[in-house]
Amino acid sequence: MTTHVLGDTGNLTGRSLRHVLRSPDTIITTAVTPIALMLLFVYVLGGAIDTGTDESYIDYMLPGILLITIASGIAYTAYRLFLDMQGGIVERFRSMPIARSSVLWAHVLTSLAANLVSVAIVIGVALLMGFRTGASVAAWLAVAGILILFTLALTWVAVIAGLSAHTVDGASAFSYPLIFLPFISSAFVPTGSMPGPVGWFAENQPVTSVVNTIRAVFAQETVGGDIWIALAWLAGILVVAYLSAIAIYRRKIG
Amino acid sequence: MTVDTTREPAIRVRGIEKSFEDLRVLRGVDLDVPAGSVLALLGSNGAGKTTLVRILSTLLKADSGTATVHGFDVTTAPGDVRRSISLTGQFAAVDDVLTGRENLVLIAKLRHLRNPGAIADEMLDRFSLTDSGARKASTYSGGMRRRLDIAMSLIGDPPIIVLDEPTTGLDPQARIEVWQTVEALARGGTTVVLTTQDLDEAEHLADRIAILRRGTIIRNGTLAELRELLPSATVEYVEKQPSLEDVFLALVGDPAETAPDGTAGAGKDLG
Repeated sequence: MTTHVLGDTGNLTGRSLRHVLRSPDTIITTAVTPIALMLLFVYVLGGAIDTGTDESYIDYMLPGILLITIASGIAYTAYRLFLDMQGGIVERFRSMPIARSSVLWAHVLTSLAANLVSVAIVIGVALLMGFRTGASVAAWLAVAGILILFTLALTWVAVIAGLSAHTVDGASAFSYPLIFLPFISSAFVPTGSMPGPVGWFAENQPVTSVVNTIRAVFAQETVGGDIWIALAWLAGILVVAYLSAIAIYRRKIG
Repeated sequence: MTVDTTREPAIRVRGIEKSFEDLRVLRGVDLDVPAGSVLALLGSNGAGKTTLVRILSTLLKADSGTATVHGFDVTTAPGDVRRSISLTGQFAAVDDVLTGRENLVLIAKLRHLRNPGAIADEMLDRFSLTDSGARKASTYSGGMRRRLDIAMSLIGDPPIIVLDEPTTGLDPQARIEVWQTVEALARGGTTVVLTTQDLDEAEHLADRIAILRRGTIIRNGTLAELRELLPSATVEYVEKQPSLEDVFLALVGDPAETAPDGTAGAGKDLG
């Protein structure tokens, strides 16, 4: 049966990609909120924010906006998985001779594809708004790699939500704190400007290290220790969320 | 509907027990389904019909007992079982976003068959869905969804088909369409297990009828055999032969539920 894992996952991924293509609004809504935030911060609030650097504000805040894009995009992953589990279709797949894990992997790969499209749209708008970077192809690939890892880690969190939710609202509500997390990080203002405990939290939560890493790569500065902290956080979340999701899936399908 | 008795049973169940927490749903079920026959599994809501067919299609594990499907043990060879049996659940398991044809192609691909497109077209034709093949399944009527659902279950020609309450919630026309499908399957030699609360349906379609009551099979036989179970005295009161419903209610009905004049509460809602 294992020989079919790739084929089965491919076929099921094709199925859920069709779902996304037939409701392109999910990609657009995913991109609209971050774009609105970007407009708000760049043209309304940004003028009053002192980032302590001489780079333009849009260059400063784009990494955080990209993370918000992904955090809102994975809500749809949880939503699609929840609907699948509610209907009889997953039951049908499970009663067929196909690789068990391919049902979940199809959703994860679809999430990755949909989020990368949303991120590309947001970056396109940012370029129109004046975002500039001298980053090389290798540097862009590094950014892409970090964003992919971030998406995978959060997608497996979304899988947990989609599997264990009891209502549609519950399936997507978990993403609100994730969308909010970048605001209490170095994404929009330097953490040094925040009062003691808030600053401490901002400095030590995963978003800050991820934002700092991407920002440094775009600005062609030395990345420093942030990249290792970021990778450790993301790998840690990925492994814990993946193992929990698989355990919940096994228990659910008994 | 000839039953080939020389082959081993398509399904053999021995002493299956299953509890959900402290609710004992199945309490030692024994059942043989001869290859090529149509068996109706009758029972009221909560009798354990769905639990039993879910165990047979490897979606649930039994607490104890054994079950073999097409000669394969559900516990030790679940992959072979899944290749031999196809379950159509109570709720049409079709993908609403995909078209009817795409649903069929997907299942053909997941069954690793060659020419999935040709198989899909053949199924659309067989189930009179060709004209709607390019439409999303969400636009289908209840009867069309059921037909698509059953068509998806038949891809790859599994020797055993399980239909869990296939006509529940369907209008009379759609119900007749499903019945015709089951009759065609039986003519083609497929073993069919169908669960139902509809006694008329069981009487109409089944070669054998097994009655599930409080977690065990209390009777299993042909309609003629079951009819013989009723005392002949009933004949004096009933102009036609006793219907299966009479037999069923006499077998499972509590005395309080049975009308004193012996009409056995015919027509009463079993729900």
